[in-house]
Amino acid sequence: MKDYWKIDEKLVEHIAAVARLHLTEEEKKKYASQLEDILQVFRQIDDVNTENVNPSFHPIEIKNRFRDDEEKKTQWDPLANTKHKEEGYFKGPKIV
Amino acid sequence: MIEIKTVKEFVENADSIDFDDFISSVIEKCEKIQSKYQPFITINKKHAKPKKGLIHALPVSVKDCICTKDLQSTAGSKILEGYMPPFDATCITKIKQQGGVIIGKTTQDEFGFGTFNVNSKYAIPKNPFDVERSCGGSSGGAGCITAAADFPHIAIAESTGGSITAPAAFTGTYGLTPTYGRVSRYGLIDYANSMDKIGVIAKSTYDIALMLSIISGYDPLDSTSADLAEQDFTKFIGKDIKGMKIAVPKEYFGEGVDKKIADLIWEKIKQLESLGASYEEISLPMTKYAIPAYYIIAVSEASTNLAKFCGLRYGLHKQLSGNFDEYFGSVRSQGFGEEAKRRIILGTYARMAGFRDAYYLKALKIRTLIIQEFKKTFKNFDIIAAPSMPVLPLKFSEIENLKPIENYMMDILTIAPNMAGIPMISVPAGLIKGLPAGLHLMADHFNEAALIKASSSLEGLK
Repeated sequence: MKDYWKIDEKLVEHIAAVARLHLTEEEKKKYASQLEDILQVFRQIDDVNTENVNPSFHPIEIKNRFRDDEEKKTQWDPLANTKHKEEGYFKGPKIV
Repeated sequence: MIEIKTVKEFVENADSIDFDDFISSVIEKCEKIQSKYQPFITINKKHAKPKKGLIHALPVSVKDCICTKDLQSTAGSKILEGYMPPFDATCITKIKQQGGVIIGKTTQDEFGFGTFNVNSKYAIPKNPFDVERSCGGSSGGAGCITAAADFPHIAIAESTGGSITAPAAFTGTYGLTPTYGRVSRYGLIDYANSMDKIGVIAKSTYDIALMLSIISGYDPLDSTSADLAEQDFTKFIGKDIKGMKIAVPKEYFGEGVDKKIADLIWEKIKQLESLGASYEEISLPMTKYAIPAYYIIAVSEASTNLAKFCGLRYGLHKQLSGNFDEYFGSVRSQGFGEEAKRRIILGTYARMAGFRDAYYLKALKIRTLIIQEFKKTFKNFDIIAAPSMPVLPLKFSEIENLKPIENYMMDILTIAPNMAGIPMISVPAGLIKGLPAGLHLMADHFNEAALIKASSSLEGLK
């Protein structure tokens, strides 16, 4: 069984890459030690028996609701807040 | 005209107001308050004539995470600096339809990540009771302007884990967090979408009830909006509380809770008893698991919600260079603050392959057990009473010395009701050594009426 509650700088570096964050060496060290503290408290959840308990993705019951399949136009310009646009499209960084 | 201090008097006399004179004197007052206490990120100086409605010409401040058309909305984050929403959040549309005037955007912890409103590179609000102390967070600016304003005003705030209760308690104001789904989240910049609730901070229970009547109701633009008709919550003001049953959970008066605050809250419970309610002490044993379960859910949702901020469509932009990993990473590393990065890392970790069952799903199951515990309690009781916060407003110098986990533990009294999505109100309970403390009242899903009855009875409203 994996030890979910152990964290080190290498793992922080991996997580940061997944989350698209560039961290300095100092930040990696700091977050690793703080997360270790936090996870020590989080591990209390292991004490709770949740067998046969369903997860609550929302606090109240949510029902799917569908609107009629009719065309609706956006009422505003989606490009109004970007500096990176060209010919009515967003312009992004290189993918490959 | 500005001699009218209460919202109730103001809305009853709104027709006799010279709007231009009134609003310019309000904005002038906001600027004076800003130089002293810093509640705003943006003060709005452009005002069209308001519509006639329930709150004609009433000044309303709005937490910065709620989108306001053509008025900067940053959610307290530098990654959204300069963002001008091209649309209004549903609650803002409703406020404007009823004649409300948006006077400014109030400061907050970045994306709501905090209990003391110190996690932001914008203005940090200072407590009007003592400027060396915090206003609470994350809706610190909303509490601050409500306490400091000497003109009629209501604040729109937002809570995920206690962000309305904490500032209301620390600033001696009323703060209502409605049931999850009661108020549309359309136009809210998400923190944790399964827990975010737009609510109200104000100087009186009447103001709270009036504003809730305006902003609540079904909205097809929010898939989690509750399918309930709009209603007038002011009709519950001053309603008899004879026979109301109050549960007092022992876990909310235990370790970590300032004894003086606990004593003051007991006085308020006895006051409710003298008004015709009865109380009984109970136990909510799941309480201690609420903090870890809440933070796991909150950071998991936050880390996905914050993925969209990458310097492409709005907010912080940089010169396009490098591949998308490099570009997005560089914008995000510059734009997010320290606490936001911490929560993104925690949340990404909790959702990673191999860890998801141990953390995220387990926490969601604990949420089920916490909801069940509340539901069981509300079979026998109308409301739960407890202190709002375990401590009096802390000094900034004290907050600086808290480790992140010690900081998270300060949410111990507000987390469980917030993750269960039940409604709650923080009611001013009085002063201890000149500093305010709050009484926290909680009720079953969609029973805001009980909270308004109890709060207005304590306030002495008829």
